[in-house]
Amino acid sequence: MALLEIRNLTVSFETAAGRFHAVQGLDLAVDSGEVLAVVGESGSGKSVAMLAVMGLLPDTATVSADAMLFHGRDLMSLSPRQRRRLAGRDMAMIFQEPIASLNPCFTVGFQIEETLKRHTGLDAAGRRRRAVELLDAVGIPEPAQRLSSFPHQMSGGQCQRVMIAIATACTPKLLIADEPTTALDVTIQKQILDLLLRLQLEHGMALVLITHDMGVVAETADRVVVQYRGRKMEDADVLSLFENPQNPYTRALLSALPENAVGGRLPTVAAAGGWETRP
Amino acid sequence: MTVQTPDPTLDPVPGAGPAAQPVPPLLENWHYFTRSRGAVVGLGVFMALVAIAVLAPWIAPHDPAMQYRDALLVPPAWTAGGREAFLFGTDAVGRDILSRMMHGARFSLLIGLVVVTIALASGIIVGLVAGYVGGRTDALIMRLMDIILAFPSLLLALVLVAILGPGLFNAMLAIALVLQPHFARLTRGAVLAEKSREYVTAASVAGAGHLRLMFFTILPNCLGPLIVQATLSFSSAILDAAALGFLGMGAQPPTPEWGTMLAEAREFISSAWWVVTMPGLAILATVLSINLIGDGLRDTLDPKLKRS
Amino acid sequence: MSGATMSGAGMSDEGGRAAGEVPVLETRGVVRDYESGGVFGSKRTVRALKGVDLSVRRGDTLAIVGESGCGKSTLARIITMIDAPTGGEVLIEGQKVDIARGISRQMRRKVQIVFQNPYGSLNPRQKIGDVLGEPLKLNTALPAAERRERAMQMLLRVGLGPEHFNRYPHMFSGGQRQRIAIARALMVNPEILVLDEPVSALDLSVQAQILNLLQDLQDEFNLTYVFISHDLSVVRHVADDVMVMQTGEVVEYRSRDAIFAGPQHPYTKMLFSATPRIDPARIRERLAAKASAKAAAAARTKDAAGSAAGNVSDGSVSGGAGAAPA
Repeated sequence: MALLEIRNLTVSFETAAGRFHAVQGLDLAVDSGEVLAVVGESGSGKSVAMLAVMGLLPDTATVSADAMLFHGRDLMSLSPRQRRRLAGRDMAMIFQEPIASLNPCFTVGFQIEETLKRHTGLDAAGRRRRAVELLDAVGIPEPAQRLSSFPHQMSGGQCQRVMIAIATACTPKLLIADEPTTALDVTIQKQILDLLLRLQLEHGMALVLITHDMGVVAETADRVVVQYRGRKMEDADVLSLFENPQNPYTRALLSALPENAVGGRLPTVAAAGGWETRP
Repeated sequence: MTVQTPDPTLDPVPGAGPAAQPVPPLLENWHYFTRSRGAVVGLGVFMALVAIAVLAPWIAPHDPAMQYRDALLVPPAWTAGGREAFLFGTDAVGRDILSRMMHGARFSLLIGLVVVTIALASGIIVGLVAGYVGGRTDALIMRLMDIILAFPSLLLALVLVAILGPGLFNAMLAIALVLQPHFARLTRGAVLAEKSREYVTAASVAGAGHLRLMFFTILPNCLGPLIVQATLSFSSAILDAAALGFLGMGAQPPTPEWGTMLAEAREFISSAWWVVTMPGLAILATVLSINLIGDGLRDTLDPKLKRS
Repeated sequence: MSGATMSGAGMSDEGGRAAGEVPVLETRGVVRDYESGGVFGSKRTVRALKGVDLSVRRGDTLAIVGESGCGKSTLARIITMIDAPTGGEVLIEGQKVDIARGISRQMRRKVQIVFQNPYGSLNPRQKIGDVLGEPLKLNTALPAAERRERAMQMLLRVGLGPEHFNRYPHMFSGGQRQRIAIARALMVNPEILVLDEPVSALDLSVQAQILNLLQDLQDEFNLTYVFISHDLSVVRHVADDVMVMQTGEVVEYRSRDAIFAGPQHPYTKMLFSATPRIDPARIRERLAAKASAKAAAAARTKDAAGSAAGNVSDGSVSGGAGAAPA
């Protein structure tokens, strides 16, 4: 049984220009201990789909699905309260802008302990100890001192580590990472991705990695889902995707990579509308 | 391994690529403005007031300066002792209150317009220079603004009018001076935020000089909060002018300005309530409608609230 | 290809050009300091650029690579004559440029810039036609009709349509805005185009289109590019020469082929190894290592639980049954 199973997910928004479908008929499954990369360009709905799973979409969004099951439980039938307990404890999410994702008014230690207070029964001293443990586990030097730092005093990479610490505080079964390294330098990116993979292996977590960077996909994923304009284009294991892509969109995307340039020019992925008519 | 082939019959994503029908910005703003019912009501009331002010000489039932000796302190038409000819009653020297209120609307709107124009224009220039030039000029200008803001606004206006002499125009000038620092501050803040944006650098690299950058590149992008502040200052101006008039330092009798009408009616607060209440209600309605418009504008022009 | 030395002073020529040809862009020992701290704290000076030498020939593309804080954007602003260097010289077509003493209109036109963020580099209150016409208005005496004509031509040249002329920036996508930004930069016929991460904020498919466009324009107008990027695959595709920067210093400055054949400086090597690559062989290795690590972990739990009576419920010893522990 898959850990997370989504069938026919549709998310739409009310806008001034009418109804906008961000996700249409998406099927997705993630197993325990698996790293799934969700790849797509902007407008592909990759973030929106995962936000729908976490229950983080605004009221203007309409979410419908045949099934949205986490560990066998139907997410759509949960009350908001039950949903909140699930998110944060068994499902966690980290985002793209690390410094902006942390509350600038509170110390890092306060924010980690906030999560622990909500989801565990530890007392204040226990929470503090666990917070230090977590910071140590994500590779922050001098963790005990760092508890009293504010987000703006830390670098982007460090803030992302703190985010990972908060997300893994209650050893979730599923971690969703939405473009976690896009805003970071390439050397820091490598460290963060290595950290995520290490934690994933240690805790047996499932990891959903949303990204637009095919290189990151190649170096981290077990399986890949390619999305375009809210629809799933391809769902394959990572090796098959790169060696033998089936869907024409995937093929075009891969050929548009600068490293695959033939001659001086890059082949271009057809602009809007090209994929609606291609077989 | 599954492959999804896109279904050409499913609806395409709207808004992808260049908009098929680009909505002109004014229409788009109107769409957001009308979302707030309060704002629309405010706008309606304000438009009615403007209409009354413009048409006052023709629709007012009586001449505002005409004193009817046989109709002193007549109560409103719907109360006992009222007369149909005077809907809101008359004041101590027999002038029809309704007609005076209608003509008074002209003064109030004029006051709001003149004051806001002066305050806005001078505040923008001061704030632009302070924000753009920076350094000591900025510090000097802002300290001056702080000093003006440190005084209770009405008191400062009063002092200025005392120096310049009582009268409507001097009152407007004084109020404009007192309101100007708000605009200067807002402009300066907006200029500081926009100054370092890349499109300003791009214009500078394209060869734009300082004046052009200030007025044509940066200023149009600072207008949002300024417009909102202008509407709120409009109502402030009316209130302050009314207060000055009430204290006898603004428009002088027999000008039918609402504040002055309140001043003349001071002694009749308990005996002839309509002489005081009617102008007061007029001020209330005007200021409230303008504030509602201002709130609506703020919601419209705030990009964060826009749902794209 | 040019064989520039690490100091960059004077390049040996191959190809058919006359030796001693004046490089279109040159910097010598450019230094830039920033002061921070103020009235209450002690003033600290941060040295963002510690002496940069570079030299670019007409028609070439120099790529500047580095991570955040290396000074590449500072250098871009100095080359574009937005900021003045604290020390050192900038020479454009052999002429020294000194911002402090004012830049002539003519000099200003020679270097233009395209910024990284397509959403911040266009004035939200200006129609596209005006955005493109403004450089002409400020730098030439052309009548309005002629300006309009030229703006329209450039708009079409970068791949947009005549219906876009009267629209506002917010109606365009990121890729389209970058096209507009490029068009604007080219209106005054510059010699040098500084591109500060022009495709970093764009989708892959759009990135390809913009890179192709830039290449076409470079060939057509004989432009010289200074291309700043942190993405090595893009750099490999566009550059003739590559300059690697770290904390304000140039650590390696060689031709593209030379650098990608074998980076020399440890920092360059680190950058190269940290950049994620698509390599099926590497993917296979990684998956195999993961499978064996999982098997080892499962074996350990099995051993630990095996001593207690009862079955191991976690039957997921998948993949390498009997695989050797990592």
